[in-house]
Amino acid sequence: MTTRRNFIQTTAAAGAAMAFPQANAADDDVLRLGLLTVKTGPLASGGIDMERALTMYLSERNNMMAGKKVQLFVADTGGVPATAKSKIQELYELNKIHVLTGPLAAFEALAIDDYIKANKIPTLSVAAAEDMTQRKANPWFVRATSSSAQSAHVMADHCIKNLKFKRMAMIADDIAYGHEMNAGFQRVFEEGGGKIVQKIFSPLTTPDYGSFLAQLKTNVDGIFLGFAGSNGFRFVRQFNEYGLKNKMALIGGMTALDESVLRNMGDEALGIQTVCWYSAELKNPINAKFAPAFRKAFSYDPGYYAAGSYVNGSVLEAAVEAVKGKFTDRVALMAALRKTNIQTARGPLSFDSLGNVVGDVYIREVERKDGRLVNSIVRTYPNISQFWTYDQKQFLANPVYSRDWPPAKNLES
Amino acid sequence: MKNWRQLLILCAVFVLALLPLYGDEYFVNLASQALIAVIFASSLNLLVGYAGLTSLGHACFLGLAAYLSAWMGINLGLEHAVTAPAALLLTTLIGMVFGWIALRATGLGFLMLTLALSQIVWGLAYRWVAVTNGDNGLSGLTRPSPFGIDLEVSSHFFWFTLLITLVCLGLIRQIVQSAFGASIKGTRDQPRRMTALGYNVWAIRWFTYVAASFFGAVAGLLYVYFHKFIHPSVMAITMSAESLLCVIAGGSGTLLGPVFGAILVVILKNYASAYIERWNMLLGFVFLFIVIFLPKGIVSSNLNFLKSKAGKKP
Amino acid sequence: MLSSGFALIFGLMRIANLTHGALFMIGAYITAVLVRNGTSLFFADIAAMLSIAVLGGLIERFILRRLSGNSQGQVLATLGLSFIAADFCLMAWGGDPIPVSTPVMFQTPIHLLDLSFPTYRLVVLTIAVIIATLLYLLIERTKIGAMIRAGVDDMNMARAVGIPASFLFTTVFCLGAGLAGLGGALGGPIFNAYPGLDADMLPLALIVVILGGVGSLFGTFVASFIVGFIYTFGIALVPDLAYVILFLPMVIVIAFKPQGLFGRVIT
Repeated sequence: MTTRRNFIQTTAAAGAAMAFPQANAADDDVLRLGLLTVKTGPLASGGIDMERALTMYLSERNNMMAGKKVQLFVADTGGVPATAKSKIQELYELNKIHVLTGPLAAFEALAIDDYIKANKIPTLSVAAAEDMTQRKANPWFVRATSSSAQSAHVMADHCIKNLKFKRMAMIADDIAYGHEMNAGFQRVFEEGGGKIVQKIFSPLTTPDYGSFLAQLKTNVDGIFLGFAGSNGFRFVRQFNEYGLKNKMALIGGMTALDESVLRNMGDEALGIQTVCWYSAELKNPINAKFAPAFRKAFSYDPGYYAAGSYVNGSVLEAAVEAVKGKFTDRVALMAALRKTNIQTARGPLSFDSLGNVVGDVYIREVERKDGRLVNSIVRTYPNISQFWTYDQKQFLANPVYSRDWPPAKNLES
Repeated sequence: MKNWRQLLILCAVFVLALLPLYGDEYFVNLASQALIAVIFASSLNLLVGYAGLTSLGHACFLGLAAYLSAWMGINLGLEHAVTAPAALLLTTLIGMVFGWIALRATGLGFLMLTLALSQIVWGLAYRWVAVTNGDNGLSGLTRPSPFGIDLEVSSHFFWFTLLITLVCLGLIRQIVQSAFGASIKGTRDQPRRMTALGYNVWAIRWFTYVAASFFGAVAGLLYVYFHKFIHPSVMAITMSAESLLCVIAGGSGTLLGPVFGAILVVILKNYASAYIERWNMLLGFVFLFIVIFLPKGIVSSNLNFLKSKAGKKP
Repeated sequence: MLSSGFALIFGLMRIANLTHGALFMIGAYITAVLVRNGTSLFFADIAAMLSIAVLGGLIERFILRRLSGNSQGQVLATLGLSFIAADFCLMAWGGDPIPVSTPVMFQTPIHLLDLSFPTYRLVVLTIAVIIATLLYLLIERTKIGAMIRAGVDDMNMARAVGIPASFLFTTVFCLGAGLAGLGGALGGPIFNAYPGLDADMLPLALIVVILGGVGSLFGTFVASFIVGFIYTFGIALVPDLAYVILFLPMVIVIAFKPQGLFGRVIT
């Protein structure tokens, strides 16, 4: 009986394999699209948004792109890289997807990087890791969202030129994303004449920022927050509870006060400026339809992840149209993806030679409108690439942004 | 009956070995993952089932071997033929040290110490970015090519893993069915009597711990070869907890128990999660069910069932 | 509070309740949801504590009771329950953290000399001390407390003397769970209710109880301060070694004194 079970399991697996509807290679009428996202675990809120926005995009078009039917397969990685690997295998080998969107987290993207390369799967990534489109560029990736520091460069420039800050502190989650984003901010800020006098990295799951808040220098113009998820919101709250509210300005990165977090906040968020490549308040024709529709369907504004997914939909559709519906020719599809130059919910969008987006970046400020908190656009920086104003070759010759690079020379103890 | 059972096992293994011929690549890869889980669960079973020491930190050995192999390959440029035994050796040495620390206590104290040690290693993996690349993990790894056979091909890797699994299970079987094995079980059931009889209970437990860490390291190597990527999350509490579930669900203290437990968990995690969104909850319910209604695990309960059918007392 | 609940349950019933973190988290969620719908924090806390206590009682009565004597099984059962609870919270309340607003009167910091102290945390501290005192009085000065102490010392003897073991078990489990729920409820404004809170909190409880020593509530009390201090200062001074700092005191103490600081040797 014990061994019979083993036998049954393997024959069942074999039977399932043979009974499973397998797409023929010649089945080029249905575009099988895979979405690798996170629906369980701490990263779940962004992941669920990704699914919602993409499904909304498809249903708005009756699941058709360029005259071809689209079938969506959603896989949940739980935010674990090993599961991301299993799921991409499932999507590709079992569901036979043609194109992949996602994954959400940087380490998931790294886990599936060589699988994508080996199997030549066009991928519209959402994860922000710098090197994916820099020193370890994958020819099968395009990234329509952002590299970690792409928006941070912009905010540093804004702080120097417009806010006239001279001394700042920085805090971020102690993960690669936080390191990269803050390094980018530091570089542009210091090259503009400012000084970063304090650099703090807090563990990703820090329920209580007390010990960090206590050691914060108060003789600074502002503090840059490189948080992901809901950490930014918790930090701001505790910041106020510790009486620091009027001592310095709070300046946020792309995900510090994302719409998904903002909806749970109150007056403490008013006036905080953050930078991102999207805001639900954008007035371009596509977003003017997308944001209210999303809000109507789900009762909250779309943020980073929802917008990222929706924009990916636009990019993919444009590429499929460019290859006249022949999406099974992957090389052609990939080339079309890379040549994208369209208007999307985030504004104009194109890709650089390494597959990363070149688009507008916005400085936003939290306001109360229609009884809810929104990120109003204060300033637009057009045509921003991942290299800011630096020469691409020189940028790539430097080491990747990290905790220690560029070295912080102005820290005060 | 024993011969009949052995023949059945052989048949099952034979059918399994033929999987790449009739199964899709997806299922071959799934089977490889299941086999790696089998080795890992069996290594944990040595501790939990045979020695009666419940450990919540076993995943650190899987991670250590994986990281060591990856690091040596990337930074020292060594071939797999060198990194594999080196990683196994180093991990086992660390196992000796950890075993010494953890066995200062038993029961819940032991559990906590294993958890603590594993958490420390996990934390180091995240923080020691210079060595482990932190939460970006180490990628761009390769699979070995023993005797020139390319393991990048899924079916080759599967057969390779199957072979290693059988060897490991065979070795574990030898240990467990030897005199030493009997003494391990003795320390589990009657530690005081064993001491009275002159056995060095601590030493027996320590050897078992080291052996468990060795086989855990083997699983770790296969794991990193399969994924070609290693990330600190592999050493999180959840991994250790899941492997514990594999062992206990299948039936601790039996050879085949962890085999079934591991296969069950891998299938639930990978296959079921495609169809059921709340598969975590399902996992919890399945194990609750097994614990309450099949307290000795699936295998033991079925063995008893078989024996009673054959007219023998369970 | 979290740790004392765990200590009670493990001390008396020898059950390593791995669901404890999840109970804390559910307490936080209940509070968050009630406050979001307009209940005052005070009543929300009480409601959370009571409902978790009831939940604990149900768990003990229907699941753990069947597994008495099978300590491995109990560990596994509580582990399975924690999976279920965590996924349930995700399913019921979604993946976003739910904030619990601090009551307005506690929002402005207290200023002493040149330093600001977050008022709410001082409130929590006060409540914790009050609870600790009540717990102490309960255990040391009441009949039930005496029964619990007897049971912790020697369950068989206690049964022989006529102490109703099953009633005691359920009561203690309810009490332990209630403490966890209250901890979660009070912690709501500080931590928020989010998926993964259970995994973040459980190791803390385990460390404190082990360090303090099994069977000694006083040990738990002392250890919680030790761990709290070391962790808070350690994380500020050397954030790199956050996890090491958390576990190191426990490892060191256990390596030299396996029963913890104040525990007795378990026979």
